[in-house]
Amino acid sequence: MKTNLIAKKPYITPFVIWIIAGTIIPLISIAYYGFTSKDGGFTFANIIAMFRPDHMQALGLSLLLAFVSTAICLIIAFPMAMILRESKFGKQGFLIFIIILPMWMNFLLRTMAWQVLLERQGVINAIITAVGLPRQELMNTPGAIVLGMVYDFLPFMILPIYNTVSKIDNSMIEAAYDLGASKKTAYTKVILPLSVPGIVSGITMVFIPALTTFVISNMLGGGKINLIGNIIEQEFTINSNWYLGSGLSLVMMVFIIISMLLLQKFDKTGGANLI
Amino acid sequence: MKKAIGRIYILIIMLFLYLPILTLIVLSFNDAKSMSVWTGFSLHWYEELFQSRLMMGAIVNTFSIAILAALIATIVGTMAVLGMPALRSRTENVLMGINNIPMLNADIVTGIALMLFFLMIGAPRGYTTILFSHTVFCVPYVVLSVRPRVNKNTNKLYEAALDLGASESYAFRKIVLPELWPGITSGFLLSFTMSVDDFIITYFTRGAGINTISTLIYSEVKIGIRPSLFALSTIIFVVALLVLLIVNIRQDRAERNALADIY
Repeated sequence: MKTNLIAKKPYITPFVIWIIAGTIIPLISIAYYGFTSKDGGFTFANIIAMFRPDHMQALGLSLLLAFVSTAICLIIAFPMAMILRESKFGKQGFLIFIIILPMWMNFLLRTMAWQVLLERQGVINAIITAVGLPRQELMNTPGAIVLGMVYDFLPFMILPIYNTVSKIDNSMIEAAYDLGASKKTAYTKVILPLSVPGIVSGITMVFIPALTTFVISNMLGGGKINLIGNIIEQEFTINSNWYLGSGLSLVMMVFIIISMLLLQKFDKTGGANLI
Repeated sequence: MKKAIGRIYILIIMLFLYLPILTLIVLSFNDAKSMSVWTGFSLHWYEELFQSRLMMGAIVNTFSIAILAALIATIVGTMAVLGMPALRSRTENVLMGINNIPMLNADIVTGIALMLFFLMIGAPRGYTTILFSHTVFCVPYVVLSVRPRVNKNTNKLYEAALDLGASESYAFRKIVLPELWPGITSGFLLSFTMSVDDFIITYFTRGAGINTISTLIYSEVKIGIRPSLFALSTIIFVVALLVLLIVNIRQDRAERNALADIY
């Protein structure tokens, strides 16, 4: 290999210190606390605690809501990405601008906006009662949480899918049509397979935050609906049981690692789709 | 026909994305505290916002942390990118794998992990622990933004400059830095926005008595939404709109196809 004069090994030192102190040791500490009992001995109890009925219920509900909101995001985002791909240059820029702008607003404020809309004394109920219908309980329902998730995470689904579909060579699609493919075949055999990397990035970027959130469920679930994120957060902030909180986090990480592996399998850009 | 459907689709998405924000903006000028009845125009929620010491402190913390975190992350990340070619490619791959962890991991796990780390080493939680945590999740973005800018030609040009008698620092400033600069600035801006927007990691790594905008919003929403938060939303929205417009117009001039590159 030809020597690279710019590259010097010592340059990497701060980075190595950073990933050791900021990533590796902290993750080891979660594992340490997760396998330690309150009196300091080794235990599996904090991991097995996930099977407690209340924890299982929270995990099940989290998986369900994350799955539903990811699916909704995907269904909304894919046509949007295709429309973006086909629009003219100036319009395309404008549309991307519109999708990115809400991401710049603090996501707590965006979630709060839905609280304002959905609350008993909120905007939507004011409209409903104004036309003579009875007041609805919209807040504190799983539906409200799904709505919040879709609202907060939708741009994270649209942008990676748009990034991949915008790079699909038009001549590929034209070739499919020339060879007699129907619109449906062109989609299922050409466009969809080529957009898989973007779809997978989008799914991980929506599914993981949706699965692990405690903020959206707290704000739109009124503290009545517990997701696994809420359970873990409460172990750290209210019950101060770091051992149990760490154990449950380790179990949750299994799902995160599965998503990461899926991402790595389908997305060969090494994470470049994520920014 | 197809065009019309596309237009309607875009319109629905726009309404979905912007009606909630628009509601907050309208309500921020409402005289009453009500979330549904308009009682007249008023600016007193803005007054309440600006008179809140807590909020002003949180704003200062948020932006000073974001600037410092982005700066530190940019330096650490750029140096890493410059050093990596000197490593064996297996080591490089391992480092890049670890680099991606904070980006792919759930924020709650990153936050808890850092919190436990600070507890173990006995670091008192406060401004410094928040700042360090923010650099941790910003460095990966810098590395990923700067790395694609390094190419073989840079090294050749750098070598040529040295052969022609340039000092190392001069050649670095004149050849390497300009080549990496777009990546460095986008890494910096990305880090800055990630830091300003972060709530979860700050929530776990802050101590009592220190707030950023996000953590303050969270504790205020828990007590009960006050319309001064609508005023805050309006200000943040307008600032974001202006900043994005300026960035876009400048980028448009530089290269017309840059809009998608912000993210």
